[in-house]
Amino acid sequence: MHDNEHASHHHEESFIRKYIFSLDHKMIGKQFLIYGLIMFFVGGGLALLFRWQLAYPERPLPIIGASQQYMDEGEVVTGADRMWENIYESEKEEWLEVNMPNGVVEPAFYNMLFTMHATIMVFFVVVPILVGTFGNFLIPLMIGTRDMAFPILNMLSFWLAVLAAIIMAIGFFVPGGHAAAGWTGYAPLSADPQWTGVEWGQNLWAISLLIQGFSSLVGSINYITTIINMRAPGMTFFRLPLVIWSLFIVAILLLLAFPVLSSALALLIFDRLAGTTFFSATAEGGGDPLLWQHLFWFFGHPEVYILILPGMGIASELIAVFSRKPIFGYRSMVYAMIAIAFLGWIVWGHHMFQSGMRPGLGSVFMTTTMLIAVPSAIKTFNWLGTMFRGSIKFTTPMLHGIAFVSMFVIGGLSGIYMANTPVDIFIHDTYYIVAHIHYVVFGGSLFAIFGGIVFWFPKMYGRYMNDVLSKIHFWLTFVAFNCTFFPMHILGVGGHMRRISNPMQYEFLQGFEGMNIFITMSAFTLGFAQLILVFNFFWSIYRGKVAEQNPWQVTTLEWEAPTPVPHGNFGQIPTVYRGPYEYSVPGEENDWIPQAQPEHAPATSGD
Amino acid sequence: MLQWLPENVSTFGQSVDSLFYAIYYLTLVVFILVMGTLIVFLIKYRHQEGKRAHYIEGSTTVEIVWTAATTVIVFGLAMLSYPQWNNIKSPTQFPENPDVVVQVSGKQFNWDMTYPGPDNEFGTDDDLELENELHVPINAVVHIRLTSVDVIHSFFVPQLRLKQDSLPNRFINVWFEATKAGRYEIPCAELCGFGHSGMLGYLNVHTQENYNAWVQERWPQ
Repeated sequence: MHDNEHASHHHEESFIRKYIFSLDHKMIGKQFLIYGLIMFFVGGGLALLFRWQLAYPERPLPIIGASQQYMDEGEVVTGADRMWENIYESEKEEWLEVNMPNGVVEPAFYNMLFTMHATIMVFFVVVPILVGTFGNFLIPLMIGTRDMAFPILNMLSFWLAVLAAIIMAIGFFVPGGHAAAGWTGYAPLSADPQWTGVEWGQNLWAISLLIQGFSSLVGSINYITTIINMRAPGMTFFRLPLVIWSLFIVAILLLLAFPVLSSALALLIFDRLAGTTFFSATAEGGGDPLLWQHLFWFFGHPEVYILILPGMGIASELIAVFSRKPIFGYRSMVYAMIAIAFLGWIVWGHHMFQSGMRPGLGSVFMTTTMLIAVPSAIKTFNWLGTMFRGSIKFTTPMLHGIAFVSMFVIGGLSGIYMANTPVDIFIHDTYYIVAHIHYVVFGGSLFAIFGGIVFWFPKMYGRYMNDVLSKIHFWLTFVAFNCTFFPMHILGVGGHMRRISNPMQYEFLQGFEGMNIFITMSAFTLGFAQLILVFNFFWSIYRGKVAEQNPWQVTTLEWEAPTPVPHGNFGQIPTVYRGPYEYSVPGEENDWIPQAQPEHAPATSGD
Repeated sequence: MLQWLPENVSTFGQSVDSLFYAIYYLTLVVFILVMGTLIVFLIKYRHQEGKRAHYIEGSTTVEIVWTAATTVIVFGLAMLSYPQWNNIKSPTQFPENPDVVVQVSGKQFNWDMTYPGPDNEFGTDDDLELENELHVPINAVVHIRLTSVDVIHSFFVPQLRLKQDSLPNRFINVWFEATKAGRYEIPCAELCGFGHSGMLGYLNVHTQENYNAWVQERWPQ
């Protein structure tokens, strides 16, 4: 264990080895972060496009859209009109002409937009950042080892994700357009091109997700092996920080859940390309459309917990550090996460209450789903307990941590409505569901991601992010997020279906036009607020204030490593003497005792 | 928030709404308590110079109390919901001897309604097919044989508090009893292709008199 050679004798690496095909877990973590941020903008941009259509149905998008005069009389008034004139005059079919004639979102294009928004946000933003970035960066540092167990697999995991993203991107430009059957890809809509007119788009969607599945699989094997085998001396399982516990549990979920999606995708590809009928309903085919839903949600529900558990882990770190207190009920926090992960396997049917699944099964799945409220409540109460009698510092990461808890409370409580089978009859497939998922995955996971980025940025890049910009970003995001997604609960109560491109076609939704416009304006504000984050992120990498080794006075091992963290992480592998949350221990001079500090020794000695 | 619910016009709709309200008040109380506590903690335990946090690792008693309390509440809620759910969705619990039976079939992007006619049998000469128009009498038990010819659609009548996916090559039975005459929209609630938005049928709930007149007109005797 005490091999100094590895750390001190490594040679200078070439640019390609260091920044592109890197084997270093920290660099791979940063690569996943940049990757996730780029995809975040793609996914967000798609959302803004369809939000425009929902607020102003069949009206041309400003700037690129044609003027009313041009649409009515063909009279060229603006520059955009001239562009459209040229597009229509050119012989070949332009992409814009097919999807957004005159700048108006076509219904088929609309379906593609929300399908790809969700696909990208789930598979290419939240998972890569939560699991790829924080998993890679934090696991070796926080358990006290020099790198991942399998650095080459780690690199493979990232580059497979890049390949998947490239294939997904190509799908936008193939004839017939990209997948448009929803991110859930319900068969038979997704299984036969005749129902959507989408040919290779849906195939590429499936192939890309298959590859992303391999990437996750390789990553999860790596995480599990590393956490089990490579913990520093003294780092028992119950001395692991909660974020590592969450990533460990998530890696197991990924390992078990993703192959189910992969097999479903393989069957879908066979149905589309080889003429099989796994998901088709014809009497002679023997397949069943509900099979797809069972397979998809058997993967999909654990996937939802993959999206939220690391967020819970990150929030736990932030709340303990900035309340200067141990986590309230550390072990019950661990058991609650295990319970959530376990229950996640037996609740998939709650997505299918109205699908035609036997009603008796609905009652069973309602019961198991309601049970998830128990570990979720335990976690929430424990976060409150952690703040109780603490000394709370309102740093930017802590603001994000508090936002995570409060948004998770709303997302969790709104889940009770849809878990309840009779109420779900009404709110299933309405905006209520959209509100719920965004409170959990945006309000939950993304606030945790933002908090985590600001918190670990000094360790990642050796500098602070600009605090004024971070705070502006936080408050704008927090307000705009709630203005965007809270009214969606009300739309859902009004019966507003999701995935419709023009609510004004329905008489019973006429009263919601104003609310849709308000939501869209908030969504655009929310989108622009993220530009602040990205500007701050890249600016701070080069211009931020230089950070010291442990700026937040944290006990866990990643802050024992020098800043910037060298290849090999630690000079000497630290030995762990205590749990991860020894804050404000009575009788100690400092209000924090590092995990690596020996018993009864001065606080300065790190090993 | 629940004043945004569309008017309820079905017999079982009230039970859905009651549960909706029950959960609404329950979650509202929990929300206010949790957020109130959070805000009090944030103010009271904010960092102040010279004041140190208290070292508290947890409390088994407290953990047991809130675990048990949550469990009891969610099981209670589930108990309340089983009978309502079965009443609406379990075919064995449907009111027998329906006054009207109709087959509704989703097809990109219409609802095809088929009436069995006076002989009460589908597939005979006196069947009546209507596109997007469903006619039923008020205060009568209606059974619907729901199916689809292409992809999955979802039969949704907000005012009836009724939603059910329709699947190709499968017949799913649902029932309702409307309590107010009027014309209600039947949107499709499951993504079914580029025409999904705007796939729209109408449920016409007639007074018994008007319904009889409509039947007379369709099947003159």
